[in-house]
Parts: sequence; C-alpha cells; structure tokens
Amino acid sequence: MDFNDSPAEAAFRAEARAWLEANGQRRQHVDERFGEGLSEAERIAAAKAWQAKKAAASYAAITWPKSMGGRGGTPMEQVIYTQEEAKFLVPQQVFEISLGMCLPTVASWAAPALQARYLPPGIAGQEIWCQLFSEPSAGSDTGGIRTRAEKRGDGWIINGQKVWTSGAHFCDYGILLARSDWDKPKQEGLTMFMIDMKAPGVEVRPIHQMSGESEFNEVFLNDVAIPDSHRLGPECGGWKVMLSTLMHERLSVGGNLPTDLHHRLIALAKSCRWDNAPALEDTRVRARIAETYLQQHGVELIISRGLTALSRGQTPGPEMSVIKLVAAKAMQNITGFALELAGPEGILGYQALGDEWRYIQRLWLSAPGARLAGGTDEILRNVIAERVLGLPGEVRTDRKIPFRELTQ
Amino acid sequence: MNFDFSDDQRLIQKTVREMLAATSSSTAVRAVMAGQAPYASTVWQNLIDMGAATAAIPEIYGGAGLGYLELCLVAEEAGRHLAPVPLSSSFYLAAEALLQGGSETQRRNWLPRIAAGDLIATAILQRSESYLNIPPLSFDGGVLSGTVTAVPDGAAAGLAVLRAGADLVLVDLSAGGVTRTPQPSLDPSRPCAELRFSAVPAERLPCDGATIAARVLNGGAVLLAFEQVGGSARILEISRDYTLERRAFGRQVGAFQALKHKMADLYTGNELARAHAYYGAWALAATAPELAKAAAAARVAATAAFNGAAEEGIEIHGGIGFTWEMDCHLYLRRARHLAHLIGSEHAWRVQLANELVREAA
Repeated sequence: MDFNDSPAEAAFRAEARAWLEANGQRRQHVDERFGEGLSEAERIAAAKAWQAKKAAASYAAITWPKSMGGRGGTPMEQVIYTQEEAKFLVPQQVFEISLGMCLPTVASWAAPALQARYLPPGIAGQEIWCQLFSEPSAGSDTGGIRTRAEKRGDGWIINGQKVWTSGAHFCDYGILLARSDWDKPKQEGLTMFMIDMKAPGVEVRPIHQMSGESEFNEVFLNDVAIPDSHRLGPECGGWKVMLSTLMHERLSVGGNLPTDLHHRLIALAKSCRWDNAPALEDTRVRARIAETYLQQHGVELIISRGLTALSRGQTPGPEMSVIKLVAAKAMQNITGFALELAGPEGILGYQALGDEWRYIQRLWLSAPGARLAGGTDEILRNVIAERVLGLPGEVRTDRKIPFRELTQ
Repeated sequence: MNFDFSDDQRLIQKTVREMLAATSSSTAVRAVMAGQAPYASTVWQNLIDMGAATAAIPEIYGGAGLGYLELCLVAEEAGRHLAPVPLSSSFYLAAEALLQGGSETQRRNWLPRIAAGDLIATAILQRSESYLNIPPLSFDGGVLSGTVTAVPDGAAAGLAVLRAGADLVLVDLSAGGVTRTPQPSLDPSRPCAELRFSAVPAERLPCDGATIAARVLNGGAVLLAFEQVGGSARILEISRDYTLERRAFGRQVGAFQALKHKMADLYTGNELARAHAYYGAWALAATAPELAKAAAAARVAATAAFNGAAEEGIEIHGGIGFTWEMDCHLYLRRARHLAHLIGSEHAWRVQLANELVREAA
C-alpha cells in the first residue's frame, strides 16, 4: 500500500510534466485562474489554441484509440495528465463535454463519413460541442423531454427548449435528445441528433446564475432543420444512445472539492477574533476544522482508491458514487462555517473584508449549484441506495403510458 | 497509486472472515454476554492458530510476522462478526507497548506467551477523561500501588501494561497483592474489571512513557477503526436485508425513500470512515510522520460511523429491533465499547485539530 506511481506511470508523468513546462506557465498561486481579464472570445480562442497544441502532442484524447486521433493510452494516463495540467495556468474545461460526452457518442453512432468529418476537428480544438438533454420539464427526470422532432421528407424539424446547456453560446455543434413519437411511453419515443448550433432557428440565451456568473444557457429551437443523416442511432432509440453518452462521461473518480480548504479555515481562524482571542484557540472552532478535514481528505482518499483501481486496470467500484454527494455538501458546510468565523462582519462582501475571503465567498455562492449539477443530492442518494445497496427503485406511474397522455 | 490492500492480504481477510462467520455467531457473543465465559475460546484459539491475531508480531517472538496491514484486515473481520475476544487488549495495545517500548528481555519473556494465546494481556495507557476521579497509580521504580478501572479483559488478563506518571509499567497480574473485581458494562460481550494493586512488584518499560503510549494509542486507534468499519458495514447490511423482507403499506419498506436515503447516508459515512482507516493503515505500516493525524481522523470518522449505523440499525428495523432476541443491540453495545476503549471521540477530534494546526504552522 502506497501513494506512488508505478514505474510506467512515473515515466508518463515526467514526460507530460516536461511537455507542460515547455509549453505552459506554472500557476504561481492556487487562486490563480486562467483568463482573468480576458474577454470570453479571447478565452475561447486561447482554449482552442491550447487544445490544438495538445492534439499535436497526443495529449488531447489520451484514452482514445490512435486510429481515431487519440493516444491509445490508459485511463490512468489521462488522470495523470489532468493532475499535472492542473498545476499550470492553461485553459481548462472548455473541451470537457466535447471529448467526454459528445464526440464519443458521434464515434459510436454516426456514419463513417460523418465521423471523418467531425472527430478530427473536434479533437484538434477547431470545433466545440455541447450537450442538449435537460429541459424545463425534464431535469432529474430526463425521460420527460418535450422538444419535438417531426419527420419532414429527408430530414427533421425541431421545436422546443433546452436548459442548463454549458457553453452553448460558444459551441459549434451539439448532441440533442428530442421526442419523435408522442404515442410511445416516455423513454421509448426519444431520438438523438447532431445539431449545428449556428443553424437558423437556434437561439441561445445565457442563464444569469445566483452566483452572478453565466456558465449555462437556455437554448430555444424554432423550426431547426436537421438532415436524417445526422440522426444518432435508430429512431426512438435515443434513450439507449443517451445512456451510452453518460457511460462515456469522464472517469467518475474526479472531485471538485479544493484540497486546501482546512488550511484556509485555519488561516482565517487565526485572524478572526472571538472573545478577544484568535478564534483558532476556541475548541468549537477546532472541532469544526477537524470535521472539515474529515470530509475533504476523506473525498481525496476515496478518489485515491478509485485511482488505485484504474492503475490496476480495474473499474472503480460503487464507492465512487459518494464522492460528489460528500464534496458538494462539504463545500457548502465549510464555506458557511468560514463566513461564521467573522461574526457580524461575515455578511460583508470580500471587497470590504479583504481578498482572502474572495475565494471562500465564490465557493459559498457556487455550492448550491454544485449540489444540483450532475445529479442532485437526492438523486445521488437514490443511486447509492439502488445500485450499491440493492434497494428497490422508485414507484413510477408513468412508465407504460403514451407520453401524449401524460401531457394532457 | 496503490492505495489498497494486496490480493494476498485480501485472501487472509477472506480466510478469517469464513472462520469467524462459522464460529463468532450470535450464540457465541451472547454466551460471553451472559457471563458463561470471559471470551469465546474457540474463536480465540482459531485466531491464534491461523496467525491472524499475531499478524503484527515478529516471528522471533512467536508471531506470524506479517504486518500491520494484515492485522487491520483481521480487525475489520473481528468487528464485522462482533468477535468476543481480547484481540484489542492483547494485540493492539499490550503486545504493541512491549514491542515499541519493552526491553529485549521483556519482549522475550512475554511476547511468545501472548502470541500463543494462553496469556491474555491488557493495557491502560492514558486516562485524560474521567468521572470517578480515581487517584493515579503510584510506582516507585519497583512496586506498584493504586487502582485502575474499566480495564478491558481485566478479569481474564495475566499481564498488564499501565501508565503510572511518566512511566509505562509491566505488571504480572498473577502476583500477590492484585485484586480483580469484574465490573458491569454496557457491552458485556467485552467484559471489563477493576484492578487494585497493593504494593505489587512491577517493572518499568525502558522508554519514554508518553511517547510510546501515544504511538501505541495511535496504532490502536487505526486498528479499532477497522473493527468499527467492519461492524458498521455489517449492521447496515443486516438492516438493508431486513427492509427487503419486511412489508408495510403494501410495499417492501426498503422501497421508501426515507429509508433508502437514510441507508445511503450510512453507507456514505462508512465509506468515508473506511477511507480514513485505510490512510491510517498506510501511516501505521509505513511509520509515516502523519500517523498521529491519520489515526485521529480514522478514530473520529469510524466512531461516528459505527455509533450512527448501530443506532439507525435499530430504527430501521422498527419494533423488532428493540427486542433482546434481535442482534441489533449487540452492534449498538459493541459500537459503544469501541467508542470508549481508548478515549472519547471528542478527545481524538482535539488530537486531529491539534495535528492540523501544527501542520499548517
């Protein structure tokens, strides 16, 4: 038992690190984020340029087969590259959905000519993809999709609304799930398509999040034409295609919980004063700091167990499903407690308190979203209960009823 | 990255699990609870004969000479099956104190007898929390006097390692002047006793008592965390199985989201505790400087997980879970026993915080 790389992993890490040193700039401070001060157009251009560089060096799609423009590497190599890249001030995340969900779906379901057209520029960073599944009436219940796909001659006409689409405003293409048959039960009447995000009738409106940021969009689809050749999988086979998309989702052993939160808490607790002494001297505060560590480092350790499985060529076990559930709520608990340390002044914005609060306040404001995105806490508890513990599924009264009747 | 046990270690675990499933039954646990024996002798003999109990004792002292990682997995199985045996007293604490702080002569005198299983040893290495406020032991370098209470396996033990001031002392409990009084316990399946010493000959371990006590308690915290994780996982499985059988309002009760989510949370807490226990196992086996932090984290997370799972296990069962005949209360009692054995969850939480603050400085 150890936390070391195997010799092969260490060699790959050294190679990736050397390439990053030669092509990127090391992060000077943990709070530094790429592209601060750049316009969005400039950030996207930089992300495309970085992706092109990675593709030329075979780091763009590490686990993909060489025949498809990948490196033919292992999942562990992808993880190692991602760990190393995170230490550098380079564009991140812009291509996550393209490479993790959309392009693998294209590779699995599109005709060879379309694969030849779309895969190489996607990997090389010339085109960005988004995923259009969620709708106002189809959140956790994805089967409730109401966007309409009607067959007209050789193609399809799409009408409806999608929501929570990451990056839709700068994406070139997307994969879209729509209802093509309203007389079948909910999950059986869906069909998957590739869609040109610049086509007439596609209107993207940013969602103004409670955190003040706008990372997601609403996408309105008005008489958008899609050729039948751009259908992914069989008519009414969309549910199965979507499940395959989610299977491709990046190795589910990553976590979004920063690893240094207890150190930040300790630093803040030294500066905050309770009863004329540093709050850090108070046992109540120390107990909470210990609790913070248990959540935060516990998540890291569970990730390490998943990585161990990958490193051994196995599939990470069901215990990975607890990572997001713990991490998102921990982020909320920890940042909420950090704010409390400052007493009445804790309500003040970081502009009044000091820059050391900026990151904590940003996390506090994004934590509610983290608990929802990619499966709500409640859905995740169902997943753990059903798939890990083997408990019965939820009662579903709408499974066998034609979807048309459900909407009446 | 290799943050898991090896296939060989898992094989040892499986063998121990099969033995305990066959012998450490509810009946065996209840026999000890009823006072019919101080511990389950068949279970104990099997653990000794398999080399499981002695995994961390070097072969020159009569042990199996495997290591701490193997002992951690033995502990997990002992916890799963509520093994009513003096594993923690003899092997996590007393033998460890001798190994870490004893002289070569002391080790050669005592460790082979402990490893053979016929001599039970016990240890009290610190008592910073107290209600009874019994005065500390007095030791003049050769003779020990005073009283210690809530000594695990105190009635069955033939040897004790005790903290007396700055010293750790070794005392042969068969000596004259030793009085043992069995004490009632919330978990009678792991009996404890009061030991009274009236000028009993004892010898000092030639070591810095505080340092060695801390080291042994940290190791004990890791090993006990494995027992707790094992017990916690098992009571969750038992509760899950029951909710698949029991029907109410026309459904399996396990189909109700209130119970599904409760059990998902118990599972989550247990996996976090397991992760910390593994980290503690790594720190213990690698003699890493992180041991004090890792052990405290494992202790706190595993104590909370097992107490929580045992409490909710009864709740999930409903009324039947509150009966003597169901095993739910055996887990609740064992969770309590393990939670108190080397100091409370709160004390260990303070140790964890202190280590984190020290690390940040």
